[in-house]
Amino acid sequence: MARRIPTRLGDGSLAALTAAEVETDLLAGCEAAVKRAKVEPLTDDDLAHLLDIFTSPAKFSAVDYGDEVVLSFDGSGNADLNAPILEQLVYQNHHGADMIELWHHDYSYKAVRTVLSFETQTLKEAQLQTVVPLNYGAMPDLGRYSVPDGPAPNWAELLPLGRYDEARAAQLEAAEHLEKDMWYVIEAMVAAGADGIDFDTAGAAGDADLLATLRTARRLRDTYPHIGVEIGQASELVLGMHGQLEYEGTRLAGQWPLGQLKVCEAAGATIFGPAVNVNTTQSLPWNTARACALIKPVTAAAAIPVHANAGMGVGGVPMTPYPPADAVSRASRALVDICRVDGL
Amino acid sequence: MASTHALASGMGGMRTAGDLVARMQMSRGMRLPQAKQYVADKLGCSVADLGDTVAMHDLRRDFGLGRIQVQDLTYADHPGAMAAKFRIADVLDLPINSVERFKAHAGLV
Repeated sequence: MARRIPTRLGDGSLAALTAAEVETDLLAGCEAAVKRAKVEPLTDDDLAHLLDIFTSPAKFSAVDYGDEVVLSFDGSGNADLNAPILEQLVYQNHHGADMIELWHHDYSYKAVRTVLSFETQTLKEAQLQTVVPLNYGAMPDLGRYSVPDGPAPNWAELLPLGRYDEARAAQLEAAEHLEKDMWYVIEAMVAAGADGIDFDTAGAAGDADLLATLRTARRLRDTYPHIGVEIGQASELVLGMHGQLEYEGTRLAGQWPLGQLKVCEAAGATIFGPAVNVNTTQSLPWNTARACALIKPVTAAAAIPVHANAGMGVGGVPMTPYPPADAVSRASRALVDICRVDGL
Repeated sequence: MASTHALASGMGGMRTAGDLVARMQMSRGMRLPQAKQYVADKLGCSVADLGDTVAMHDLRRDFGLGRIQVQDLTYADHPGAMAAKFRIADVLDLPINSVERFKAHAGLV
């Protein structure tokens, strides 16, 4: 009887697969990416290396000496201590963070605007106590500008009614509000001393969300050329909630990570973060192979650093509040070894 | 999860030169090999040294780039956080926003 190796499903629960089953899942995960995103399959060497990683019974896996990458740690702290500045120090001093990020519990530029004076003061004080680069980050979060939370008509209600023109106009109206709020926050954070700005989960509300982010990123890079511009994506595919929006001639709807990279580079981003969602019912070998197949073309083509999102539920990391070390370390190593990412 | 990533694939932050490489990535948009080489050249060390906590402990002392206090070692007579960032900006030949703001507020420029 074949030996069964402990691994995980995408929801974090333990599973035990044979080496043959691991290999089958690796191939299937890769094939799922190839079929949907029309990317090249992973090479035989890539798949063999992933098989080595996932058939090892060791509890932990790590990159080779010298292959270490930069960890940017979006949302450093996550309210571990409920002490925002102390959390930055914990990430710097104890978690080995190469970059840290100050953020607000209501992780949205619209929400931050309402408490901006407090957030800028916190950032200013954090800069006096920390050495590693400190970003300020939040979500663009376009959906907050639609009724009942915002002033624009709700396109999610208009679309099912077939009122497409009104739905599109509503998204453009919301995008204008979003750009104003993001810029208002950015100017204040730069004045307070931020090293960089993180647009986290860009495109979460679809192509208009991403367009507002790209326009603001371009304005940020042009106005403050030494400030970092990190754009982390919400998911592997940009939803076409509007469907016709373009950035510098590229239609945003339907862009996979490689297309997302190109528009982010055009907008002046200095760090790009692809996000590949985890399927909670598939195994980690399946999910990791799929993530690697979608991200590898990005790093091959990138002119800027690529920091793959590898938090809970993305990049092969299980969708659970406390992702197990055996799973996280394998996803972490795989993204570095196979994709040659510049960071996570 | 944070600690797992740090141990599995991270450069090590202030224990090594991870923060310095990160600054070149975020400010100049340098890819990882280019950023590591740039920092190594500025520090006069090998790229391999950048991820070595022992080598970087001494280099950070020599250049005044800030070190993490550990147990009995508090480095009270070494540069603190903002002072270390002044040194980092100088060594990397890179404007650091918080340093520039501090200079302006302190009347140093």
